[in-house]
Amino acid sequence: MALHLRSSRSAILSKLKPWFGLGRHLRGNPPSVRVLEYPLVGFSRRFSSTMSEKLPVIGRDDDAKTQALDFPGGKVPFTPEMRFISESSKERVPCYRVLDENGGQIPNSQFVQVGEEMAVKIYRHMVTLRMMDNVFYEAQRQGRLSFYATSLGEEAINIASAAALAIDDVIFPQYREPGVLLWRGFTLQEFANQCFGNEADYGKGRQMPIHYGSNRLNYFTVSATIATQLPHAVGAAYSLKMDKKDACSVTFFGDGGSSEGDFHGALNFAAVTESPVLFICRNNGWAISTPTSDQFRSDGVVAKGRAYGVRSIRVDGNDALAMYSAVHAAREMAITEQRPILIEALTYRVGHHSTSDDSTRYRSADEIESWNVGRSPVTIFRKWIEGKGWWSEEAETELRREVKKQILEAIQLAEKTKKPPLKHLFEDVYNVPSSNLEEQEMSLRQIVKSRPLDYPSDVPL
Amino acid sequence: MSAILQGAGAATALSPFNSVDSKKLAASRRSLPVRVGGYIVARSGVSKSFPSGLRVRRSEQLIANAVATKADGAASSTSSKPGHELLLFEALQEGLEEEMERDARVCVMGEDVGHYGGSYKVTKDLAKKFGDLRVLDTPICENAFTGMGIGAAMTGLRPVVEGMNMGFLLLAFNQISNNCGMLHYTSGGQFTIPIVIRGPGGVGRQLGAEHSQRLESYFQSIPGIQMVACSTPYNAKGLMKAAIRSENPVILFEHVLLYNLKERIPDEEYVCNLEEAEMVRPGEHVTILTYSRMRYHVMQAAKTLVNKGFDPEVIDIRSLKPFDLYTIGNSVKKTHRVLIVEECMRTGGIGASLTAAINENFHDYLDAPVVCLSSQDVPTPYAGTLEEWTVVQPAQIVTAVEQLCL
Repeated sequence: MALHLRSSRSAILSKLKPWFGLGRHLRGNPPSVRVLEYPLVGFSRRFSSTMSEKLPVIGRDDDAKTQALDFPGGKVPFTPEMRFISESSKERVPCYRVLDENGGQIPNSQFVQVGEEMAVKIYRHMVTLRMMDNVFYEAQRQGRLSFYATSLGEEAINIASAAALAIDDVIFPQYREPGVLLWRGFTLQEFANQCFGNEADYGKGRQMPIHYGSNRLNYFTVSATIATQLPHAVGAAYSLKMDKKDACSVTFFGDGGSSEGDFHGALNFAAVTESPVLFICRNNGWAISTPTSDQFRSDGVVAKGRAYGVRSIRVDGNDALAMYSAVHAAREMAITEQRPILIEALTYRVGHHSTSDDSTRYRSADEIESWNVGRSPVTIFRKWIEGKGWWSEEAETELRREVKKQILEAIQLAEKTKKPPLKHLFEDVYNVPSSNLEEQEMSLRQIVKSRPLDYPSDVPL
Repeated sequence: MSAILQGAGAATALSPFNSVDSKKLAASRRSLPVRVGGYIVARSGVSKSFPSGLRVRRSEQLIANAVATKADGAASSTSSKPGHELLLFEALQEGLEEEMERDARVCVMGEDVGHYGGSYKVTKDLAKKFGDLRVLDTPICENAFTGMGIGAAMTGLRPVVEGMNMGFLLLAFNQISNNCGMLHYTSGGQFTIPIVIRGPGGVGRQLGAEHSQRLESYFQSIPGIQMVACSTPYNAKGLMKAAIRSENPVILFEHVLLYNLKERIPDEEYVCNLEEAEMVRPGEHVTILTYSRMRYHVMQAAKTLVNKGFDPEVIDIRSLKPFDLYTIGNSVKKTHRVLIVEECMRTGGIGASLTAAINENFHDYLDAPVVCLSSQDVPTPYAGTLEEWTVVQPAQIVTAVEQLCL
């Protein structure tokens, strides 16, 4: 904007009479409305405002007819029509997918190329995850484990997203993402140790089964509270941003988790602080027995991204290639542009919420079966890699045989391993036990010593 | 000796009894403050380690009161610098600024902490000095920014989270209880959370019920957190620094009405002990345990009591979780009578827990039941006169001591 024009304009305008200034269509405006002036050059003086000296000048390249209001927060176009924004758009946000139900590549699909080695590795991990889930679930049913929750139907979300990330990316899981840990190298034995809460468990027997955590693999210990990990992820991203690291923070949650206050706070904060965090929502249709129709009335979770100023995408969560591509691209954007990304992965929770749930009480067994058979992410991906000639029936049999053996061995060993000693009850509450905790430990040990028959013999002191 | 007392006698306007009678000192067994790693840790001698990991040998030597001390022996104290005077909020700011300079990982987050400098100006000018990423203005969502602080702490930063008023941290209770307090434990020690959560609390002047909360009552049960309450510029700065350096999550309780207290504090660097109580006035007849603003009401009552011939021992407990039962116990063993003066409500407050702890541990030494003066179980009213009567006043304290020492 040429400065000399501004000053000359003010000089001219100050001589104009007020009633001369306002344009026809503006006369209906209440006096409190401030109207931005028009550039005088080439325009009729009818449109100039008497308040020109005080008002900021808008861009000359704007459409001459655009009129805007200035408010804290920026300029906003105004309209004399009273129009309410509809609660839903005519069409739902489309879902990005690459593979169809038969593992065939959809024509003209855009995706990040995956080579044979990577594809086979992804598939092997998906199968391993599935088998681990099945065996551990059965172990709970047999009374060997106290609790378990499967990720059946969500293998593609688990493995493909992990595959698209780097080891430096920090993961804040909900509880249905053990596949990410599996991909990073957590062994079946380590999983079993945590579930059995034995002395080899990194959590020292302090958390329920499936509440894994590994600082070595940048996977933050699962906390049972829903969505509390979302603000943590933003804080971690803030930390990465301060350190200018080439890494992002990634957090997972379900459709139910998106209702928690922490979801809204976290998305808002991530946008405001411009931190590199991926919010991956596993919209699997159910929050225990609550279907998504009772969870929210928006178009799923992806529609909420824009409300917070967060770039978002909806992906077919059962399509490993689509998941891989979306997470890969999102990670790139998050780190280079320093912004959060929201990914809604649509899928179906094939298993029960956990071993404490029997989902046939609130949904039909047929529905579950149709997803398990017809839209299984494992099957879909298998068909794709078989079509590429990278997999075979023999390889499948061999893989399953091997994995089953490993899982059973892991469980047997975990079961036999001793439980954590008594001192772990009082350690790690603080960095060093406080005086009251030391007293409480002494008191407990005295009781155990005086009544050895009442105290389990297989728990070391 | 007198020089040390002079330092100790640099009293705040409201507590003339900070100065110490040297005869009384002979009775207590404390060690001189120890110079550790270049900074002074003002502490008493104990034989076991504090959670901070430092071990100090029990010593026979005397100490001036723990409020304001000098590191070197009595001889050199006359030639030491006299220190500088400042207000409590400035002391907090000084402590915070020093820690931010010392360690690049320390950061601040909260509402209006950046350019505005904080609602009580504790973070004044920090954003200008350290940038607005390191002193972060957050949107209004206490649970979210507390959670953010926890996440940042787990990934290597040392955040100081400010609640604009402690009462607002009720919104962050989930994060503080379930995650802040627990994740170090449930992760098997894999992740630490060296976070400091601080803010003004307590009953102010006609701030209304929602802004007069005493959060220490609600938080005291959470395992895994430490709680401290500051009451003077000296201990405010010292506790702020100690809290930031601690590997544990620490909640630092400040009081809305104490921010303008003035005191002369040392120029040289010092850190207070998080787990230690402060001997404000040694005495023989009764142990009065208090913290935060009530310390001043107690000291005012002490003036009257001394005139009436009583000799109260006043201890500012400072560490609300865990209690410094060593200092408290020694006092109980000496005086055999305990009066607790607190601002919490009668039900479930710090006083209630402290009463239980004293009864449990020192029952044999008590000549009378523990008396606890607290606020009533009512929301704090707005009207000034009503509000005044929800807070324990010096007259009540005098009456209670008189009855206790009958």
